[in-house]
Amino acid sequence: MITCYIEAIGSFFVRFVASAGQFFLFFMSGVKQIFSLPVQTDKILDHIWFIGAKSVFVILLTGLFTGMVLGLQGYYTLVTFGSEAALGTAVSLTLIRELGPVLGAIMITARAGSAMAAEIGVMRMSEQIDALVTMQIDPVRFVFTPRLFAAVLSFPLLTALFDMVGIFGGYLSGSLLLGINEAVYMDRVIHSVKMTDIWGGFFKSIVFAFVVTTICCYRGYYSHENRQGEFGAKGVSLATTNAVVQSCVCVLICDYVITSFLV
Amino acid sequence: MTTPFIQFKNIKKQFGALEVLKGVNLSIAKGQVTVVIGKSGTGKSVLLKHIVGLIHQDSGQLLIQGEPLDGLSKEKSCRFKNKTSYMFQDNALFDFLTVYDNIALPLKETSKIADAALQQKVHARMKQLGIDGIDNKYPSELSGGMRKRVALARALVTDPEVILFDEPTTGLDPIRKKNVHTMIKAYQKQFGFTAVIVSHDIPQIFDLAQHIALLDEGIILFEGSGQDILHSKIPGVQAFIQGKSSMEHE
Amino acid sequence: MNEKKRNFYVGIFVIIGILCGGYLIIVMGDLSVFFKDRYTVHGYFSSASGLKKSAVVELAGVKIGHVSAISIDTQFLVARVALDIDRKIAISEDSIASIKTSGIIGEKYIEILPGGSDTMLAHGDEIENTESSLDIESLIRKFIFSDNAL
Repeated sequence: MITCYIEAIGSFFVRFVASAGQFFLFFMSGVKQIFSLPVQTDKILDHIWFIGAKSVFVILLTGLFTGMVLGLQGYYTLVTFGSEAALGTAVSLTLIRELGPVLGAIMITARAGSAMAAEIGVMRMSEQIDALVTMQIDPVRFVFTPRLFAAVLSFPLLTALFDMVGIFGGYLSGSLLLGINEAVYMDRVIHSVKMTDIWGGFFKSIVFAFVVTTICCYRGYYSHENRQGEFGAKGVSLATTNAVVQSCVCVLICDYVITSFLV
Repeated sequence: MTTPFIQFKNIKKQFGALEVLKGVNLSIAKGQVTVVIGKSGTGKSVLLKHIVGLIHQDSGQLLIQGEPLDGLSKEKSCRFKNKTSYMFQDNALFDFLTVYDNIALPLKETSKIADAALQQKVHARMKQLGIDGIDNKYPSELSGGMRKRVALARALVTDPEVILFDEPTTGLDPIRKKNVHTMIKAYQKQFGFTAVIVSHDIPQIFDLAQHIALLDEGIILFEGSGQDILHSKIPGVQAFIQGKSSMEHE
Repeated sequence: MNEKKRNFYVGIFVIIGILCGGYLIIVMGDLSVFFKDRYTVHGYFSSASGLKKSAVVELAGVKIGHVSAISIDTQFLVARVALDIDRKIAISEDSIASIKTSGIIGEKYIEILPGGSDTMLAHGDEIENTESSLDIESLIRKFIFSDNAL
């Protein structure tokens, strides 16, 4: 009876190690292919368009409202200490250090990451990936590398956009609505943000680009090997769900780890 | 006797608890059309996938011109795989690429061919197969027969020496089926490639086949020419042929 | 989606992204510190508590530089603070550098009170006169104790 449980733990552990190894190898071969010529310019542009350009609107909306709500909440908290003038500091540091990279990555996961997992999952299920292998085309290079490259370029740019729009949102609610002097707000924003904060934010967004793209592509790529034994449409849906959930969780975990090292 | 081009030697393959191939021995001669028949789900596609390396055997050897495929130098196995095309049962066309890009892909990704030459080559193939003028359509906009021909064009565009057909006629009407058969026959004559066809079209396929293998219960039950199989006394062979021909469109 | 249209949108996206990123880095991150011509002087403080790297250095309320390094002097066990100051601003050798706080709980910065000497500080020199940060806690304690003494 008890051996049964021990076996279950053992098999779980073996499976975990095996999939972690598979994941890491997948990631490494994708990264390695970035440096193998020729550069797949056309595909990279396609994916920048998909991951980056098409996410701009979502990022604008989420960034604006995140900034506005930070302005409101920050104001009502700070006003109890009589230091509502520090709103600019609160909004800009929160956005640049944390919310810009994290919420940006989560929004991009929802918009582009899910699509990546589903697209690659369908390619796997309809044997398109096998077809690549028979044509002597490296499928990892074909489906993963351009997405990875495009994401690493797009994530920091979208994060910068999120930060800027968020700071503007804070200005809208803090200055226009609640009447903090706008010069004070902007002065606090400009003077409280340090170079290390900005680099930290960009560093985070680049790490998140790797994390999100790798998890989403990996889930799609191995959508035929899931434990529940789901194939076809079910397999793709499972892959997409897993990709989004795991990406978001990993983004938050990585955020904590990076922050604890940066501070 | 000359060494066969591709030879399966006691190949075994198991998926989980399911034993699919239980020791397959099969020789495929160069420049010939070999047809593999057998009940659905007996592992015919699995057999084909071994040749292109999509599936690796649990035991046994796959010989290419007498040398084991696993033991070949990287260069040699690359050369063999470059000269091999695989036509999937469900075509496996890239649904996010246009017809032209689909056909051009194998050349574009694996060689440094100039755009003009590539275009000429792709259009030549499309014309030969009667699918010219649909460059910018997507596979999902085409009929089943057209898709098959696009897949065939993609398989032929690299000028392969070996083409593996996994049920090239499923989902086609009898006339189209015959067309595909004539087409394969004509191109095989014209280009002299080695063809391995997995098929259910008994007995029409016998016309085309120079060599027939019957796969049953994980082993090769019969190997020989089209005439031989009709007069074979091996138990099960006649039953299979008769049974299949009465429910051909299964 | 034809190629031209795609490239156009990608171009717009990249330009917007770089503008935002550039604004963050140059305006907020004060990238200009790398371009301006500066010289460094050192000051020794008995306590640099609360002072951070890249804190502002002010003269008469105007920013003239920033703190580039804070370390400990192992011989005398005091804080050694390096101040990067704009090349155009010359400070006499008897100036006083003091650590101040903006507001009661605000950030620490360094205020320079100009002296009257004709000798100006050069790169690598030391500011002799320094005032450490005002320790609010000890001030309060002093206030309480003096109250008791009365």
